[in-house]
Amino acid sequence: MSLVLAAPRWRWRRPSVLPGFGLTLGFALVYLSLIVLIPLAGVVWRSASLGWPQFWAIATDERTVQALKISFGASLVAASVNVVFGVIVAWVLVRYRFPGRRIVDAAVDLPFALPTAVAGIALTAIYAPNGWIGAPLVALGFKVAFTPVGIVIALVFIGLPFVVRTVQPVMEEIDREVEEVAATLGARRWQTISRVLLPGLAPSILTGFALAFARAVGEYGSVIFIAGNIPYVSEIAPLLIVIRLEEYDYPAATAIAAVMLAISFVMLLVINLVQAWSRRRFGYGA
Amino acid sequence: MDLSIRNVSKAFEQFPALRDVSLDIRSGELVALLGPSGSGKTTLLRLIAGLERPTRGAIFFGGEDASRRSVQERNVGFVFQHYALFRHMTVADNIAFGLRVRPAATRPSDREIRRRASELLDLVQLTGLERRYPHQLSGGQRQRVALARALAIEPQVLLLDEPFGALDAQVRRELRRWLREIHDATGHTSLFVTHDQEEALELADRVVVMSEGRIEQVGTADEVYDRPTSPFVYGFIGDSSTLAARAEHGTIWLDDRATGLKADGAPDGQGSLYFRPHDITLVDGCGGCIAGIVSAVRRVAGNRRVELAVGGGRERVEIELPADQPVALGGRIAFRPTKWRFYSDAAAAAETAEAVPPAYALTGS
Repeated sequence: MSLVLAAPRWRWRRPSVLPGFGLTLGFALVYLSLIVLIPLAGVVWRSASLGWPQFWAIATDERTVQALKISFGASLVAASVNVVFGVIVAWVLVRYRFPGRRIVDAAVDLPFALPTAVAGIALTAIYAPNGWIGAPLVALGFKVAFTPVGIVIALVFIGLPFVVRTVQPVMEEIDREVEEVAATLGARRWQTISRVLLPGLAPSILTGFALAFARAVGEYGSVIFIAGNIPYVSEIAPLLIVIRLEEYDYPAATAIAAVMLAISFVMLLVINLVQAWSRRRFGYGA
Repeated sequence: MDLSIRNVSKAFEQFPALRDVSLDIRSGELVALLGPSGSGKTTLLRLIAGLERPTRGAIFFGGEDASRRSVQERNVGFVFQHYALFRHMTVADNIAFGLRVRPAATRPSDREIRRRASELLDLVQLTGLERRYPHQLSGGQRQRVALARALAIEPQVLLLDEPFGALDAQVRRELRRWLREIHDATGHTSLFVTHDQEEALELADRVVVMSEGRIEQVGTADEVYDRPTSPFVYGFIGDSSTLAARAEHGTIWLDDRATGLKADGAPDGQGSLYFRPHDITLVDGCGGCIAGIVSAVRRVAGNRRVELAVGGGRERVEIELPADQPVALGGRIAFRPTKWRFYSDAAAAAETAEAVPPAYALTGS
C-alpha cells in the first residue's frame, strides 16, 4: 500500500451530491450562445460586411456621434443621480420603520414592472410645457420635455430600482455595532458615514451604478416620448438605429449597434474591474 | 477616573431593563458585571458609554454628570463581543481610527498616529500584522485589534461587552490572562460584562452580580462565593444544592426532622437552606442530619456526584463525595453541610416588596 497522495491537479468539478454537472453545463453554454452570443456575433458580422471605410463613415457621421454622445452622456448622468438618491432611498427603507414603508418599498419596483412606453407617456404628460410639473418649470425658465434633460429624467426613472435593490441587502448586513463603535471612538455622524459606512457599500453601489447605466444605454420606450427626438439635440442612439431600420438601411443600423456594443462592453469591463478591486478591498462578505 | 452610577433606571417600551441601580467604581478598578442573559448588565454598560440614555438617574464620570455629554465626548473605549472591526480598513487603520477622526486642533500628526498605532500593536502582541485586513485574522486576533482600537483614544473608562464570548475555550483563557496583564499595565478603569462566572471571578477585582435589572451583590470573588447575600447569588455562583426548610426554636428543620444545623437568630418560619455539594460530611446514624436515597451517581473528574432524594423523594439535592467512597444506587446516605446559609422567606418577601437591604441571612461554619 502506498501512502502517496494523488498529485493535486486542476479538476473540472468538486464531487457533489447533486448529479447532472455535464448536462447543466452543456445546457448553460448552448443557451447562452443562442440567446446572447450568436445575436451579438450577428451584429458584428453584419456590420463587418460593410467594409472598414464605409463603417467608419457611418460611425463618425455627425448625427451618429451626437446620438451616441447623448445616449451615453444622459445614461451616465442618470446613473450618477440614481446612485445618490437610490442610496438614500435604500437607507430610509433599511433603517427606519414608518407607516407605509412596505408600500414605498413596493413602489421602488414599479419602474421594473411598468411597460416603458407607459412610463414615457406619463412622464411626458407631467413634464410637457403644459403639464403639472412642466408648466411651473417653464415659467421659471426651464424646459424639460423634448430636451436632453427630459431624457435624463426618463432614465433616472427606469434606473432607480437597480441601485436600490443592489444596495439594500448589503446595507441590511451592516452591523449597527460598527456605527456605535465609531461613535465611541469620537467619530461625528458625517465621519461615520463617509469613513465607515460608504466604503463598505462601495462595491454594491458600483454594481447598482453599472446596472442602472447599462439599462439606461439600452432604454428606448420611455425616452422617445419625452425626448422630442430632435436630431443632433435629443435623439438617442437606439432611436437612430430604429430610424435606419425603417429606411431599410440595415448596414447603417448594425454599424451603430456595433459601436454601441463596443462602448458598452468597454465601460462594463472597466466597471467590473473597479468593482472586483473594491470588493477585495472594502467588500462586505469578504 | 472614578465612576458613579446613581439610581439609574432604564425601560425599553415599558419593559424595565434596569431598576434603580447604584454602583461606585474606583479609578483603576477592573470590575465584572455578571448575570444571566436579560439581567440588564449589557444595558448598564451601554448607558455608561452613552449608547443609551437612562430613563431615570445619572452617571458621573469623576465629579461630572456625564448625561450632558454625547457618546463622542465621553471618551470611553467600547469593545463588542463580535469585535465590530471596520472591515475595509487594515489593522493599523482600525487602531488609528479614533485618532484620525479627531478635529484638526487635537489630532496628532500623521507620524505620531502611526507611532501610537504600532506601539499598541506591540502591546496587544500583533506586531507585524498592521497591513492585514480583519477577515485575515483569527477571532482572538480580531478581539485584540478591537481592544487596541479602544485603547488608542486613551479612554477614561474601558467597557467590554462579553469580550471573549465568541471565542473558543482555550483562546478565551489565554486572552483572559492577557487582559488582566494589559489592565495592570495601563491602569484604565475597566468594566466587562460576562455571563461566565469563572471569567468574572478569576479576572475581576470586584464582581457585580445582577439579576432582573437589579444588583444582587457587589464584592470580591471571595465575598460573592463565600458570603452570598441572596439566594440568587448562592444559586448562580458556583454549584449549590437547596432544600425547602423551616427555622424553629433555633434549629433548622426539614419537615419534622431536625437537621442539627443551628439557626440562631433566624426568625421562626419557612425558608430555604443552601449549601455547596462539596461542603458536607457524611454522618453515621441520624440524630440530626439530612438523609436521602441515592437516585443517581455520576463521576465528575476526581469526585463522585451523588443525587439524593430527600424527604420521601419530593426534593433532590446533589452532594459531592470522593471517588473512592462506595455509593450504592438506592442506598441511604446521611450527611450534614459543613457550611450553609438559611434564607428566610419572610425576609425575601420583605425585600422584594420594599427593596429593603440586605436579606436576612445566617451563616454556619
